[in-house]
Amino acid sequence: MSKITSLADLKKKREELKSGLDIRVKAIDPESVVQVKVAMATCGIASGAKTVMEFFLEQLERRNIPAVVTQTGCMGYCYAEPTIEVKLPGEEPVVFGFVDLKRADQIIEKYIKTGELVDGIIPVNYQSIDFKE
Amino acid sequence: MSKYSMHLLVCGGTGCHASESDAIVCNLRDELEAKGLVDSVQVILTGCFGFCEKGPIVKVMPDNTFYVQVKPEDAQEIVDEHVIKGRKVTRLLYKDPVSKESISDSKHMGFFKKQLRIVLRNCGFINPENIDEYIARDGYQALGKVLSEMSPEEVIKVIKDSGQRGRGGGGFSTGLKWELARKSVSDEKYVVCNADEGDPGAFMDRSVLEGDPHSVLEAMAICGYSIGASSGLIYIRAEYPLAIERLKIAINQAREYGLLGNSIFGTGFNFDITLRYGAGAFVCGEETALIHSMEGLRGEPTVKPPFPAESGYRNKPTNVNNVETFAAIPAIILKGSKWFSSIGTEKSKGTKVFALAGKINNVGLIEVPMGTTLREVIFEIGGGIRGGKKFKGVQTGGPSGGCLTEKHLDTPIDFDNLIAAGSMMGSGAMIVLDEDDCMVSMAKFFLEFTVEESCGKCAPCRIGNKRLHELLGQITEGKGTLEDLDRLKNMSLVIKDTSLCGLGQTSPNPVLSMLENFREEYVAHVTSKKCPAGQCKSLMEYVINAENCVGCTACARVCPVNAITGERKEAHLINAATCIKCGACMEKCKFDAIFIR
Repeated sequence: MSKITSLADLKKKREELKSGLDIRVKAIDPESVVQVKVAMATCGIASGAKTVMEFFLEQLERRNIPAVVTQTGCMGYCYAEPTIEVKLPGEEPVVFGFVDLKRADQIIEKYIKTGELVDGIIPVNYQSIDFKE
Repeated sequence: MSKYSMHLLVCGGTGCHASESDAIVCNLRDELEAKGLVDSVQVILTGCFGFCEKGPIVKVMPDNTFYVQVKPEDAQEIVDEHVIKGRKVTRLLYKDPVSKESISDSKHMGFFKKQLRIVLRNCGFINPENIDEYIARDGYQALGKVLSEMSPEEVIKVIKDSGQRGRGGGGFSTGLKWELARKSVSDEKYVVCNADEGDPGAFMDRSVLEGDPHSVLEAMAICGYSIGASSGLIYIRAEYPLAIERLKIAINQAREYGLLGNSIFGTGFNFDITLRYGAGAFVCGEETALIHSMEGLRGEPTVKPPFPAESGYRNKPTNVNNVETFAAIPAIILKGSKWFSSIGTEKSKGTKVFALAGKINNVGLIEVPMGTTLREVIFEIGGGIRGGKKFKGVQTGGPSGGCLTEKHLDTPIDFDNLIAAGSMMGSGAMIVLDEDDCMVSMAKFFLEFTVEESCGKCAPCRIGNKRLHELLGQITEGKGTLEDLDRLKNMSLVIKDTSLCGLGQTSPNPVLSMLENFREEYVAHVTSKKCPAGQCKSLMEYVINAENCVGCTACARVCPVNAITGERKEAHLINAATCIKCGACMEKCKFDAIFIR
């Protein structure tokens, strides 16, 4: 381990290390950040959801967008895997299908950054019951 | 750069540790390994989450799912269901004791809603064995700021303005203490952290050291800079092996980064910390006794003055603060005195950590702003009394404090209010009592502790407490008189006035407060020879209700001393003189014919 020799040094180190805790820090108020859920059931993984998820994790951080990326179970759109759900703060969630890396890039650049919709949206065709606490 | 998409936080405090949290961590890692998920899911052993009642805890981030009472064999299900399929494992979720509903998100649990975590800010959030996680949470920034941008006087001013009072129990102004140590002139000074936590029911300091050791190290270095000391000592009881282990790791990591040692941050300021082990004596929490113990002498207190700030460890100026006091310092430096003094009551600023124990649903570690009421702590955060019983009292401040009752429930908790109510803040242990607790026996229990822990140096404490204890014993056996109640009170007052140190000066507090608040119970013991709570064995009488008794002889057969007589199919009788009150007959009776009178 190299020594920390000044306050500036420590600050630099903190910035490097901060992302390691992002998941936990952002979880405290998930409503304030972009939430990306990647469907990671067998079908999703088989059609490349893992690569897509890694792409989101890496790119959102590189492009400095505060976000939580999680995996979830099968969303039911097996025909359109990989599928992801994106929820911008204060907006209704939007589901995208057939997400390859190119589309993932579009989603970040257009939908997440500017709110502009891109191809591949799957209309929500079901409602889930909600257990109120 | 981390690519983890999920963190599994496993509680590694002493309680959960004892309930196999290590095995849970191992199994989770094995399971993730087997499923090829080690690169995307990280397992972290943290410090105490505070919710010890339901440990071991596994918290899944980022969705805040809070699993309770997890067993090592549950690891597979958590990985298969939650991690892979995104479905919560319902059977492991916390159930609200009142509504019986499962609550998955810790933010919605009554236990966490009213809390404000300053001292515990990192407990249960970071891996205490990894300095990088502490740094990522602004760790050592306060030390850096102090060393590069502030003069020692400025630091002391911030701490003074913040209004922080020492959390060791005395409630002395931290800033003032530092100022006195700074003003003492000497070639060498010491910073001491008092981690000798010995009251029955207290585990705040241990949890902070186990969950966030660096916050204490950082604060000690800040204190060293302010008062002009270059050595820090942590006096910790050897009974806290996990806290010691984590402190050692933390000190080594801080040294490797140069955050302890010579010329910290290149400023020429030197500071290092070593550990001193205590043998676990209550009196060694008193600062003069603590210092003697560190010097290798008997852990006996001496008269103050001289105060340690003038002549302490090795007769050099020494500043002694408690773990909890230190742990808040980095936050005060970074967020400022105004922020800290905006929290709490007029004369008690900031938050207080309490260890909730006794007959309460949510036994655990909590931190609330000063001024929170006892009712909020016991009934909202603590989830009320266990088993639907009735609340009777709460012993605050450990054995040195007092027992408060129903009428004090809406008292906002702070240093002065507790003293006005006849108790004290003490270290922050809160033992909740219900209708089944006998107040004479409880006072006797606390006295038993102080009698054992008295160092014996001064007569009032050594002899007085012993006599108090004997007197209480007589009352529980039905041999007390009304005059004895006056003797209890007088003796208590004399012990308080004449003892040498805090131990003796506070030891009669439970007796005095219980005598005051539950006088009718004491009177019942001495006049009608009855224990209203049904706890004092000598005052109980097992009786058979002839109407219910069918003469099945089950009770007579189980009685170990043949105290029960009677013909078959006729009502039986218990001979009170031979009965040893073991209760075996009552357990055996199927007809509810036996009761306690």
